[in-house]
Amino acid sequence: MSMAEPEKKEVAKKKILTGVIGYDIHYGGNMVLQLALREAGFEVISLGTQVSQKEFIDAAIETNCDAILITSIYGMAQIDCQGFGEACKEARLEIPLYIGGNLAVGKEELGADKWPEIEATFKEMGFTRVYPPDIPLEVGIRDLKEDLGIRD
Amino acid sequence: MILLIDIGSTYTKIAAVDLEREEVVGRAYAASTVDTDMSIGLQEAYERLLEQLGVRQIQVESKLASSSAAGGLRLIAIGLVPSLTTEAARRAAFGAGAKVVGTYSHELTVREIERIERTSPDIVLLAGGTDGGNTEVILHNAKMLANSRLTCPMVVAGNKAAVDKVEAIVKASGKPVEVTENVLPEIDKINVDPCRSIIREVFINRIVHGKGLDKAKSFIGDIIMPTPLAVLNGARLLARGISGEPGIGELVVVDVGGATTDVVSICEGGASQPGVLQKGLPEPYAKRTVEGDLGIRYNAPSILELAGAKKVLENMRVWGDCLPEIDLEEATNCLCQQIDKIPETGEETSLDIALARTAVCIATERHAGVIEPLYTPAGPLSIQRGKDLTGIKYVVGTGGIFAYGCEPQWILEGAKYDEKNTCSLKPRNPEFLIDRDYILYAVGLLAEIFPEKALRIAKRGLEKLGS
Repeated sequence: MSMAEPEKKEVAKKKILTGVIGYDIHYGGNMVLQLALREAGFEVISLGTQVSQKEFIDAAIETNCDAILITSIYGMAQIDCQGFGEACKEARLEIPLYIGGNLAVGKEELGADKWPEIEATFKEMGFTRVYPPDIPLEVGIRDLKEDLGIRD
Repeated sequence: MILLIDIGSTYTKIAAVDLEREEVVGRAYAASTVDTDMSIGLQEAYERLLEQLGVRQIQVESKLASSSAAGGLRLIAIGLVPSLTTEAARRAAFGAGAKVVGTYSHELTVREIERIERTSPDIVLLAGGTDGGNTEVILHNAKMLANSRLTCPMVVAGNKAAVDKVEAIVKASGKPVEVTENVLPEIDKINVDPCRSIIREVFINRIVHGKGLDKAKSFIGDIIMPTPLAVLNGARLLARGISGEPGIGELVVVDVGGATTDVVSICEGGASQPGVLQKGLPEPYAKRTVEGDLGIRYNAPSILELAGAKKVLENMRVWGDCLPEIDLEEATNCLCQQIDKIPETGEETSLDIALARTAVCIATERHAGVIEPLYTPAGPLSIQRGKDLTGIKYVVGTGGIFAYGCEPQWILEGAKYDEKNTCSLKPRNPEFLIDRDYILYAVGLLAEIFPEKALRIAKRGLEKLGS
C-alpha cells in the first residue's frame, strides 16, 4: 500500500456539503468544485443551486457532514449569508464553513485592494475561510484537509 | 365468489365479486359493532347481502378485509429535522394508511414522552439521520422510548449506521421492534416503500388483535390492510394498470368522509413547464394526505370557519331556491354530533354539498404543489414545491356524499385550479369519475390476488360524469 492510499482513505471518510446559496443559478463553478473534491477522495453531498440557509443547515444536521462549502457568483452573497454563522451555532454546527466566488457586486470597480475588506466581512459572519473567484481549487482543498485534520 | 369486506368505524360493508363475470354482484352494509363484538355487524351485513342476492348461502372462494375501525392505525412519527426525516416518516405513514396522531422532531423531551404515552398510539415510527449521518438524536430517542411506559410496536426507519444499536436498546426494554430501510437514505432520496410494508405487517400481526378484530377472524379470514391503504392501492392500480391491462392514467382521488377528507395522487408530479426548479423533499408517486379538520361531519364547524359563512351560503344558494334562514353555526354544530346523519331536507342536502365542495377545494389545494415566481438578478425564475397536478386526467370522488348525495360534478369541481390562487398546481382540466358504490377499497383488496380482474372491475364500476 503506497503512502497516497492511507491519506485517501482518511479523506474518504469526510463528508462535504456544498451548494449555491440564495437565488443564484450559476452551477458550473460549483460542479467543477464537486469534481475536484471527489477527486481528492471526499464524499460530496450537493444541494444544487438556489439553496437557502435553512436548507444548508437542515441537510448538515441530517447528514452529519464535516464541512459546508458555499459558492456564489452573482454578487449577492453578503445579503444571502446574513445570520448564517449564528444560525449554524444555534444548530450546534461546529464545522468549517467555507465560501468562495464572486462575493461582492462589481468586483472590477472594487479592485483587488478591496479583497481584505470582503474577506473580513465574511469572516465576521462566521465563515472559516473566504475565497475570491480566481483562487486555484487545490488551495481550497489543501486548506480543507488542514482544517479537518487530515495529514498530508 | 369473493367477499371484500371493510370494517369501518361507523359501517361494515361487504361487496360480493363474481370472478368469472368480473362483476360486483352484490353490496350490503350494516352498522359496525366495534364496541361490542365486531362479528355481529359483520353477520348483519352478510345477511343483508344474502337477502339482496336472493339466496340462502353463497359459495365463497375467498374473503379479504380492510379496516379503519377503532380509530384506524394510530401512529406517532418521530424524525430529526422537521422538513427532512420527520416529513419522510410522515409520508411513509400516510402511504401505509396510518393516521398520524403525533409528530416529533429532534431530541425527545420527558414532557414529549409523557404526551406520547397519553396519546396511546398503535405504532411508533422512529426515523432520523441520513445513512452515515447523524446518529446521536435517533439513539437518544431510542433510549427515551425504551424507558417509557409505551408497549406498542416500534418501527425503526432511520440512519442505518445507528439502527443495530437502536434495535438492541429497544429490545433490551422488552418492547417489540422492527427495523427497516431508512426513509431518507440520502438528502435527496425518499424511500418510503419498505417502511410502508413493515407498517402494514405490524398492523396485521399485532394491532388487529388488540382492536378486537380477531373476533371476526373466523368469519373473514385475514384482515390484510388498513382501509386507506386499500383505497390507495386501488387508486394506484387504476392509474398504472398492470401487464395485460392498461390503467387510465394519472389521477387524483378525493375521499370525503365524516371525520377526514383524504386526497391521493397517483402521478410523478414533476414540473410540467420548462425552466422550473423543484425544491423540497422528493414526493412519492403514490401520495396520500389526510386533512383531519375537513371531515364533513366531525369538522363541519371548522369547515365553516375556514371557508367563512358567506362562502358556504353562496355555495348553498347554487342548489337551493329559497335561501335558508339557516343558522349555519347551529347547523354545523348539530352535524358534528350526528356523525352518521344522512340529509333529509333540501336545506340539509344543500349544506352537505356546500361543505363537501369546500372540503374538496381546501384538501386538494393542500395536497397539490405550489409554484412561486422569483425575480432574481439573473432574471425571473419559477420554484416548484410539491407535486404538479395541473395535467391530471381524472379526479375520482369517493365517500358517502357521492353514494347518497347529489351534484357530484359540482363538488368535484372544487378540486380544479382556481384563478384566485394562481400559485396552486391543482388539476386544470380533469374529467370526473365517481365511486358511487364504494368499490375503490374492494378493488384495492382484490388486487392482492386478482389484480387484472380488479382493474377491469374498477374501470367498469366508476361512473364517468359529463362535463
